[in-house]
Amino acid sequence: MNKDFLLEIGVEEMPSAFMGRSLEDFKTITAQKLQEKRIKYISVDTLGTPRRLVLHIKGLEENQDDALIENKGPKKSSAFDQDGSPSKAAMGFARGQGIEVSDLEIREVAGVEYVFAIKKEVGGQTEDLLSGILLDIINSLSFPKSMRWGYYHTRFARPIRWLLALYGDKAINLQVENVLSSNYTSGHRFLAPEPILVESIDGYFTALRDHYVIVDQVERKKMIWQQVQDVAKNAGGRAMDNEDLLNEVSFLLEYPTAFYGEFSVSYLDVPPEVLTTSMIEHQRYFPLFDDENKLLPAFIGVRNGTDFRLDLVKAGNERVLKARLEDALFFWKEDTQKPLAEMVPGLKEVLFHERLGSLLDKVGRLRDMAVYVGQENGLSTPEKLDRAAFLCKADLRSNMVYEFPELQGIMGRYYANEGGEDSEVADAILEHYLPRFAGDSLPASETGIVLSLAEKLCNLTAFFAIGIKPSGSQDPYALRRQALGIVNIIIDLGLKSDLRQLIGQAYEGLQMLSPDRNREDTVNDLMDFILQRMRGIMLDRGLSYDVIDGVLYQAGGDLSEIMLRAEVLRKFKMASQWEDFQVVFNRSYNLSRKWESAAVRTELLEDASEKALYQHYLQLRPMVEIAVKEKRYEAALEMLAGMRTDIDQFFEAVMVMVEDEELKAARLGILKAIVGLCNFLADFSKVMP
Amino acid sequence: MNFQEMLMNLQEFWSKQGCIIQQPYDMEKGAGTMNPATFLRSLGPEPWKVAYVEPSRRPTDGRYGENPNRLQHYYQFQVILKPSPDNVIELYLESLRNLGIEPEKHDIRLVEDNWESPTLGAWGLGWEVWLDGMEITQFTYFQQCGSFDCYPVSAEITYGIERIAMYIQNKESIYDVEWVDGISYADVHHQSEVDYSHYNFTVADVATLTTMFNLCEEEARRVAALQLPQPAYDYVLKCSHLFNLLDARGAISVTERTGYIGRVRNLARTVAKEYLDQRERLGYPLIKDDNLRKELLKAEEVEG
Repeated sequence: MNKDFLLEIGVEEMPSAFMGRSLEDFKTITAQKLQEKRIKYISVDTLGTPRRLVLHIKGLEENQDDALIENKGPKKSSAFDQDGSPSKAAMGFARGQGIEVSDLEIREVAGVEYVFAIKKEVGGQTEDLLSGILLDIINSLSFPKSMRWGYYHTRFARPIRWLLALYGDKAINLQVENVLSSNYTSGHRFLAPEPILVESIDGYFTALRDHYVIVDQVERKKMIWQQVQDVAKNAGGRAMDNEDLLNEVSFLLEYPTAFYGEFSVSYLDVPPEVLTTSMIEHQRYFPLFDDENKLLPAFIGVRNGTDFRLDLVKAGNERVLKARLEDALFFWKEDTQKPLAEMVPGLKEVLFHERLGSLLDKVGRLRDMAVYVGQENGLSTPEKLDRAAFLCKADLRSNMVYEFPELQGIMGRYYANEGGEDSEVADAILEHYLPRFAGDSLPASETGIVLSLAEKLCNLTAFFAIGIKPSGSQDPYALRRQALGIVNIIIDLGLKSDLRQLIGQAYEGLQMLSPDRNREDTVNDLMDFILQRMRGIMLDRGLSYDVIDGVLYQAGGDLSEIMLRAEVLRKFKMASQWEDFQVVFNRSYNLSRKWESAAVRTELLEDASEKALYQHYLQLRPMVEIAVKEKRYEAALEMLAGMRTDIDQFFEAVMVMVEDEELKAARLGILKAIVGLCNFLADFSKVMP
Repeated sequence: MNFQEMLMNLQEFWSKQGCIIQQPYDMEKGAGTMNPATFLRSLGPEPWKVAYVEPSRRPTDGRYGENPNRLQHYYQFQVILKPSPDNVIELYLESLRNLGIEPEKHDIRLVEDNWESPTLGAWGLGWEVWLDGMEITQFTYFQQCGSFDCYPVSAEITYGIERIAMYIQNKESIYDVEWVDGISYADVHHQSEVDYSHYNFTVADVATLTTMFNLCEEEARRVAALQLPQPAYDYVLKCSHLFNLLDARGAISVTERTGYIGRVRNLARTVAKEYLDQRERLGYPLIKDDNLRKELLKAEEVEG
């Protein structure tokens, strides 16, 4: 027999940013606790608004499952004498367990026999267990930040103000601090402030809907998006599709009503990114665009309530936005009065890191590095790179970026264009921050590509040189993200450069700071750190572990080459010659893996098969080497696979591990040489069949 | 409702809720939180309910009287309820209704906003309250003050009184707010905004202010050591304001900044500790329940 269950934790307004995660946790923790308590159910669902976290369990069994409890007692040898009569120890154990001596069982544990008390625990009634389980669940919920209130010690995201717990139609008693559960809930804070009696779980959902609460976050989100689109359509525009904003808005209200508002066209002089950032970040409005994707002087807000006096709400919001945009316009005018270059000296006042100097110091290092990376890759020109590096941080001194830090780079590009800088230099200012997150776009202009790489290499090298690297979840300088950025840029754009050399060059720029770690250690550590990110990216792209491990450390600091080899290997593993190649490699490798030298004294070779094999090897070597040089890797692998017959005949005809040490050395030498030639592409000992 | 009526309205409302109505503290400070009626009183176990208007100074916000929304000197209406009552939000909303703001006709939201004052070693969790998209109040449950855990927890309600006045009176500029009939906010404060903006940004003498900061820091330390927390706290307030002035003057580099903040925070912690000890020595006179009082005193004796 089962019944549905409902718990509503009534809270003061929860931070919207916590809600998605908290509802997930609430669900997982509940499932886990019910399993621990051996209570079956059909489904667990969690719902929520800013003022309530709701747990809805369908088909919760009325009885806990029975359990077998097995308790280990003394060894059999000390529990019974030779006649099989129980000792005092056995009797004491049985008494302690509350069972008869005759009911003790004997079981073997690691070869020794022990007495066991096996008891069946009859499952209790769910109804009696619920309040304990619920308290446990509530206390297990954790939040990024939690607080205490009043005289209480409980910690929660915000104060708990009421509890409603129903099992079927029966209220379950529960107490958290001074809050006693009941069968009352609350409606919308303003539209239905009186307590509402809830007589059944179905009744709960109806009651909330009748009292202006859409408790299901998915439904609420759909409603909001539908309303926003409708309002946009009426206004002849298209609302910005922004999932984060929609999620946030849906957890800021219980009953949505979207409304249309406008602002003066005069603010459209300000770059659209500024306007949308202000609308989204400050006010949580949806910006509107026309058919040509141009920003309209309008917005869509969503109110927590009905359309009652929506005119007042609209007017109030329009006035607030006007004040915000007035500020933005003021910043734009201030910032564009002087060329961007004049903001650069102010970077002396901005600390990059206490041991790495100011941002101006950093820009100095970046200028050298950008020019160097550009020359190494044959991209852009030294003049453009130096200029872009010089300007790329200047917007951090602007009023606008001070107000909207997320507009860094974006404003720099606008200000550079306003000041008549070369347009590629301006683009590079924006692009040098790319990619900002997984899946973000990569820099497109040559100057942007180089500057982005140089920036990340400078940062990573500097932090590694002073001994700061990410550990566990601690990565305050986003070094992992930057390393990922380097890998993505290099492999996606197919850049050919030796990262070890670039890191070494970046290190040179730090010499005057006398970093703690020397050049070699810094280069090695950072290269390894970047290769680990490379490994992750290769896995994400569907390459298998063994292919990755085979090629990762075989191509030095050239990431594009690593990627190319992995691709070749992946394909070759599916080709018909793969089997032959494997035989060639494995038979050679298995015997010679501990052998050091590939030298072969040919005069000692006796059998025709070994002479033929070695001859074949000598013939192939220059051909393979040329193919490798020309990056015809597949051809080289096919040639090596062609040794299959000779290898097989060799192993059939001769014994390698003979007593004659010299002969053995010659034979192992042949095998070692073949392994060496095979490994031109990858370390095949790591590659799975 | 004019500005003056609003202040009186709020005082009357909170007075009815059992708050004592204190007057502003007679020193420069950045926010009502720094008034000892909040900073010190929210420490320790004694209950406390207070409301007051606090003139607040933010030297960097000076705009020479030209910005309709920003001032370097403005007012906060501050309420402290210790311990935080269960119906604290309802009380707050009732106070808005009393000002003529009917929540049903508007869109009122409580949006997460956590407050932290690094100089005071204080932080709390709460919200900014939005009225049709405009932030009108900061609402905080104090968790720590002077680097000490707050227990019981106080609820702090800080009304942005000019903002609310602009809304109620339908004005686009703070300066147009009607203080009383025929006298505007500009009549009372405009010229001083201009003067202070000049002073804060260009006239203030960096060497003098730096010397004053050092002297005040020294004095705070000396006086705290003599177990006189409140006079010592006065010098912490002075340090904080001098730091703000130096900051507005552009005299504090990024590297120095953390150092200055740390110095003020250390002072605040020292004073908080002295205050807590003093209240204990006094036997927590504001706890009216004798048994509870004795229990607390005994517990602290044991903890030593």
